[in-house]
Order: sequence, then C-alpha cells, then structure tokens
Amino acid sequence: MRLPVQLRPVLFIVVLLVFWQIAVSSHPGQLLPGPWGVVLGIADLIRHGLLLKYVVASLFRVTWGFALAAILAIPLGLTLGWYRRGEMAFYPLLQIFRPISPLAWIPIAILWFGVGDLAAIFLIFVGCFFPLLLTAMSAVHNIPTVYINAGRNFGLSTADFVSRVLYPAVGPQLIVGMRITLGIAWLVVVAAEMIAVNSGLGFLIIDARNAGNRYDLVVAGMVIIGTIGLLLDFGMRSLERVKSFRWGYSED
Amino acid sequence: MSLTEVVIASRPVEGKLRAEHLGMVFERDGTSMSVLEDITLDVADGEFICLVGPSGCGKSTLLNALAGFVAPTSGTVTVDGEVVAGPDPRRILVFQERGVFPWLTVEGNIGFGLSEMSRTERKKRIAHYVQMVRLQGFENSYPSDLSGGMKQRLQVARALAVNPDILYLDEPFGALDSITRVIMRGELLRIWQTERRTIFFVTHDIDEAVQLADRVVVLSSRPARVQDVLSIDIPHPRNISSPRYLQLRDDLLKQIGLAYTP
Repeated sequence: MRLPVQLRPVLFIVVLLVFWQIAVSSHPGQLLPGPWGVVLGIADLIRHGLLLKYVVASLFRVTWGFALAAILAIPLGLTLGWYRRGEMAFYPLLQIFRPISPLAWIPIAILWFGVGDLAAIFLIFVGCFFPLLLTAMSAVHNIPTVYINAGRNFGLSTADFVSRVLYPAVGPQLIVGMRITLGIAWLVVVAAEMIAVNSGLGFLIIDARNAGNRYDLVVAGMVIIGTIGLLLDFGMRSLERVKSFRWGYSED
Repeated sequence: MSLTEVVIASRPVEGKLRAEHLGMVFERDGTSMSVLEDITLDVADGEFICLVGPSGCGKSTLLNALAGFVAPTSGTVTVDGEVVAGPDPRRILVFQERGVFPWLTVEGNIGFGLSEMSRTERKKRIAHYVQMVRLQGFENSYPSDLSGGMKQRLQVARALAVNPDILYLDEPFGALDSITRVIMRGELLRIWQTERRTIFFVTHDIDEAVQLADRVVVLSSRPARVQDVLSIDIPHPRNISSPRYLQLRDDLLKQIGLAYTP
C-alpha cells in the first residue's frame, strides 16, 4: 500500500507517539509523562481556562515586540543600507549589540519596566530588532542596479520611488527575514515569561514545575509552543506565495 | 572612390541629441582610467543610431552618460539644446536583462510611468502598447511567466508608453537566442517606423547594426573615441544578401579590424 506523501510525516509522528507511550509504560520510574498524560494535561489546562489565556498572553507580547521592532528596524535598515555612509557609522555598534543574547537584557528589562508585559515586549523587541535591521540593510544591497535605474528613469518622486521600487524590490528578502525573526521572537517570549511575567506559556512551564512538579503540564506547554511556532511559520510562509513576491524565490 | 559615404561625426547641423567632447575617467584604487575620450556626436530627430565597438570599450558607459545615469568627467550632453543633468522620462533606457519589474504584471509594467494619468486614459494607453508589442492575452501575467523575448518587448512597451523623445537601448537583444533576435529586430523596426522616435542602440552585433541603423557609430578600443560614423544608405526592408548590404557589413568589420583577409 502506498501512502500519500503528505501523510507520511503524520504517520511517523504517530509511530513515535506509540513508542513514547510504550517506553513510558515499561519504565514506571517516569522520567517523562507519556503522550496520554500530556493530552490529559492539555485537557486540564482547557478546563481551567488557562490554555487560551496563556496562549493569548504570549501571542500578545510577541505581536507587540515583533511589530515595534519591524516598524523601527525595517525603515532604519533600508535607510542605512541605501546610504552607505550611515551604515559605516552604525556598523561597529551593530556588531557589538548583535551577538548579545536577548536574554542578557532580562535584568535591565526588569529594572526599566518592572515585572510585566512591558518587560517581556521589550525583550522580544530587542531580540527582533537586530536581525530585522541587518535583513533590511542587506536586502537593499542586493537590489539589482537595473531596478533602481529603471525606477529613476521614470522620474518618480522620492516617496513614489520608495513605495513603488524600493519596497517591492526588497519584499521577498524582508519576508524571509521576518519569518526567521518571528521564530526568534517565539523563542524569546518563552524565556522572558519564565522570569519577567506571571502569565503566558513560558510562565506555565516554570510554574507547573515549581508548583508541584506537574511535568505533564510542562510537556503540554512545550507541545503547545511547538504547535503555535509551526503555525506562525506557516502563516509567514504563505506570504511567500503572494504573486508580487513570488519572483524572489524562484530561479529566474 | 568608395561607395561608402563616411560622415564626419561632428557635423555642424544642430541635432536632437548632442554629445560634445565627452570624456569619462574612472578613479579606482588611486589610479585613474580613461574610458571615454573626446566623444562628439550629433543625432538628428527620428534617427536610428547604432553604436558598435570592441567589447569593454565603454559603449555602455557612453550610453549611461547620454541617458544621464552617470555624469561625464568632461564635456556635455544636450537634448534639444538643454543640458542633460540626470535621467528623465523623456528619454528612456532599455536594459539588456532584468529591466522589467518582476513584482508587476505586464499591465503594471507598461503602466509604471503613467501614474499621473486618469484611469481610463491609462487603460487605453496600456492596451495600445500591449497590442503594439503583441502581448495580448498576457496582460495579467508576471514577467517570470514570459520568455526572454517577451520580457524585452515588455520593456520596450513600458518605455514607449511614457511617450519619450529618445529611446536608448543597451544591447537589448544580446541575451536572446539568434532566432528571437532576428524577430525582435523586425519588431523594433516596425515600431520605430510607426512611432518615429530617436533611437540610440548599443550592440556588439555587426549584422544587427547594419540591419537597423541609419548611421553606425564605431568606437575604438579603450579609451573609446569615435573611430568612424557610417551611413547605411539602404532603404527598409533591407535585403541582407544584397551586394550593398554585404559591402557595408564588410566595411564595418574592417573598421573593427575583423575583416576577412585571404
């Protein structure tokens, strides 16, 4: 029997889950809860109304942190990329800030914003800002000169040039950068919530452990984080299929 | 006496496009390299000029200077007596490759320079040029779905749509296969004969030059100077096996130093 290609990964996951359940059942010492335990854990979270609340809290922080970073970093990156002198001035500073993990900012985030949403949003912002800035800068460098010259030839105003040539030309690369960066944001929010706030999926994980070693809830949180991360990536990926961006992903 | 009438580059006649003592020097790593030297040209309104020369001699540099994309180190370019200070929609440059915007459809590309126009006017203009370059049925296609020849026709249509006085073409058919290239020459001539723009066409293809041009400007190797200007006095449509055609072609090959010597 030949299985449709799309079903193969699903089948593989099912097989893994079965092995997981068997392994857990044959070792009652329980280093991990079994998949059924995790399902019950998720059901427990839904029953208490926590699942939706925590997912919304995490997505809320990611949305704001990511959106603020995108609004600031993309125009700034495009401008710096366009004016090479600006880039040269900023470059050393960028290279110093870039390797600092966003998690290193946690104490400062709490010092500035206290324990709460703002601190978490700030951490996500920091985690997203530099990757987006660098993406935008390199996207400008990669615009073929011929598009720029063709745009200039038709006598566009600066505003028109930016909206009708510059943005469309960097669009495909920006989307790839945003996709990767959203992944980073989703990593950072979990860590930020373990320390800087009292809600969200990261808080769920650390709280489940601290408040009674509920490892079924810990793993439940991990599964939910993974699933939502997958959905976010899927959503960003669907932008790559928009017709006016698609040219950037195929060999021409 | 040779049948070839050699016209001296600096004719005293006032033309549409004039380059006067154009020079271009590039500075790189502290050394300066002269690319263009004392180029003087005069192009009449509606004339079809082909520019040929050895590869790397500076043909594209000259074209970019004429079109205003780079400022010459010395000398001036004037159009209708007005000094060219930068690119201008009255003079459109058609690039060899990738010149169309891949994020716009055929219609979007042709209408790119027409944003000031009213919707209906714009629609009409786009439809007219879609027809002229024979892209009917592809109005909503993206360039990635077009062949190389269609993309170049699209670029020509986008250029013509803004009603330019001068069309600069930088080896526009250089990346096409030889059959498509021959077809495109015919198309360009047809368009030129109906629209009567001034055309300045850079090519490395001697046959292309002799088939298309009213006059062929021959550049020397770097630093490029105007080596010669040949008038092609054969009416269109040109018979490419006529003795006159072959003779002009040989003259041009001789100019470039590629003549057949038994």
